[in-house]
Amino acid sequence: MSVERLTVAKAINTGLRRALEADPKVVLMGEDIGKLGGVFRVTDGLQKDFGADRVVDSPLAESGIVGTAIGMALRGYRPVCEIQFDGFVFPAFDQITTQLAKMHYRSSGALTVPVVIRIPYGGGIGAVEHHSESPEALFAHTAGLRVVSPSSPQDAYTMIQAAITSPDPVIFLEPKGRYWEKGDVDLTAGPDDGAIAGLGLARTLRTGTDVTIAAYGPTVATALKVAETAAGEGTSVEVIDLRSVSPLDFATVTASVRRTGRLVVVHEAPTYFGAGAELAARVTEECFYSLEAPVLRVGGFHTPYPVAKLEHDYLPSLDRVLDAVDRTLDY
Amino acid sequence: MTQHGPLADAGLVQLLTPAGERVDHPDYSPRAAGLDGPALRAMYRDMVLVRAFDNEATSLQRQGELGLWAQCLGQEAAQIGSAHALATQDYVFPSYREHGVLLARGMDMARVLRLFRGVDHGGWDPADYNTQLYTLVIGSHALHATGYAMGVQRDGLVGTGDPARDTAVVAYFGDGATAQGDTNEALVFAAVNNAPVVFFCQNNQWAISEPTTHQARVTLAERGPGFGIPSVRVDGNDVIASYAVMDEALERARTGGGPTFIEAFTYRMGAHTTSDDPTKYRSAAEEEYWRQRDPIERLRLHLHASGELDEAQSAEIEAQATELAERVRHATKALGRPETGSMFEHVYASENGLVAAESAWFTEYEDSFLPAGGAR
Repeated sequence: MSVERLTVAKAINTGLRRALEADPKVVLMGEDIGKLGGVFRVTDGLQKDFGADRVVDSPLAESGIVGTAIGMALRGYRPVCEIQFDGFVFPAFDQITTQLAKMHYRSSGALTVPVVIRIPYGGGIGAVEHHSESPEALFAHTAGLRVVSPSSPQDAYTMIQAAITSPDPVIFLEPKGRYWEKGDVDLTAGPDDGAIAGLGLARTLRTGTDVTIAAYGPTVATALKVAETAAGEGTSVEVIDLRSVSPLDFATVTASVRRTGRLVVVHEAPTYFGAGAELAARVTEECFYSLEAPVLRVGGFHTPYPVAKLEHDYLPSLDRVLDAVDRTLDY
Repeated sequence: MTQHGPLADAGLVQLLTPAGERVDHPDYSPRAAGLDGPALRAMYRDMVLVRAFDNEATSLQRQGELGLWAQCLGQEAAQIGSAHALATQDYVFPSYREHGVLLARGMDMARVLRLFRGVDHGGWDPADYNTQLYTLVIGSHALHATGYAMGVQRDGLVGTGDPARDTAVVAYFGDGATAQGDTNEALVFAAVNNAPVVFFCQNNQWAISEPTTHQARVTLAERGPGFGIPSVRVDGNDVIASYAVMDEALERARTGGGPTFIEAFTYRMGAHTTSDDPTKYRSAAEEEYWRQRDPIERLRLHLHASGELDEAQSAEIEAQATELAERVRHATKALGRPETGSMFEHVYASENGLVAAESAWFTEYEDSFLPAGGAR
């Protein structure tokens, strides 16, 4: 076992490097990902080592990046596109939803389009408009796409490699506010036979008996802090890292809720029509007699992402999640 | 008819006049020099066949056997001429009106009607014909063709000098698509990558009810040079010229010369689709003008005059056309309703618990209507 202490960004970089080494058909495409290494330096050094044909500085056109990636995938390549920021994915939304997601279905299985679309997403970095959004629900609503988000350097390293081996298109949401957080990464962990199925599985990070918190991406760290704080107040919180928004691992969540009787879902995206709404509906359908309280959601509001000076009031903070835990215990 | 703007018909590359007379062009006549009697007769046959197929499909729609049909009536020369210049290894990305291209690619034409009958979103395996499925979202596939061509470059199949290996990619689209962002982005990506792709635009003058003047102020061919892409404007009702300009563009692509934009100026003689009513927006006189310039009649006149099409050959081609139409009719009417469960198939290439669960639930729901002990 070879363990290194890496940031989330470096873990993704290392995972991309491994994928480029493992499969000559892997091609990285995006704006400024070559010499600059991307605006977050996630692809730092890769063009130097793998060449400009495999780490491609694309024209500044997101639909073009995804559309040409689809064409390359049809020719047998495995393109990994970088969209520079969450709010810039929308020019490519048509290609992603009408073409990428539906090509396998349209062709009755004859065609596969193994394209990964990496998107730095989420807030908390004091950015200007369009640089802090969480659009995962828009993609999860489209059949044919996988939507995943790692929360730790280890998952960032293994999940990016699993995503690249997936025969289905993957929206790979990188919690940009956590890019520089460090953790131990086992570099011998690569995609194995179960990697693609594993990509859709949630993981219980902390066991508890009173309340379940389900989170993913940037809010997992918040959930873990909440559990720690609540423990000091005598409340036992179970924390589930969903890891995947599509598919959602309902089984792990419902098994937990059947024991705890309470669920709080946390994400940065607006709660309205969000992943939490889907989880709340499912848990109500499947665990109705186990529930001690309604499922509560903590997330963004039904507003555009606010100005940077207000974003910490918009984002699900430690206090707001603790408040939801308290409210669910009050029933 | 018109001297300026996107509907101007002056200055087109032409090698065969509407009266069926061969004319010379300094650049393109040599490219058509190899088209002997049998080659031209093969083009004529394909044009007659695709028109018979097209008419049969229109009849099938009128009889309730198809939900919708998009005719290629009038565009046979642009499609058959260009497609006859393709090599087997070349890869085609059609829009949804390229029935002539498909026929020339060797397509089992009954497959094309699966989409329009509502039993399939595609209809064939693209690998069998090196031809992608029809794309209904206008312009999207211009990017797919460009990306595919970038893959061909990475495969090292451009400029090898081996005509059996060097590969070109073609995107077929119409005048309406030239307004789409994706088409313009495709031109950018193709240009900066010097990708081996041909953009074959059939300007049939109508995007449903909007004339090409609603998409552009200048000829569509003038788009190319702004992107750094050589372009050519050809008489799209001239099958020989359509072949010649495509031959040049494919050679440029295969030898590493990069992309080409071809505007084939033609006319959509039919409606946009069977749901459309062209009498609302264009005149009978205009339609009659173009009926006099029928692309098939033009070649027939030439073949007759040059002694390359006798009565027996003509009758044989007509018989083949009738046979194709009948075969397509029978095959289409034999297409039943797909199994309900098939709607849950191929959503993902990998296991997906959500789709599996919904499929299982729906089967159980359907079975609940069966009498106790009944079989599905």
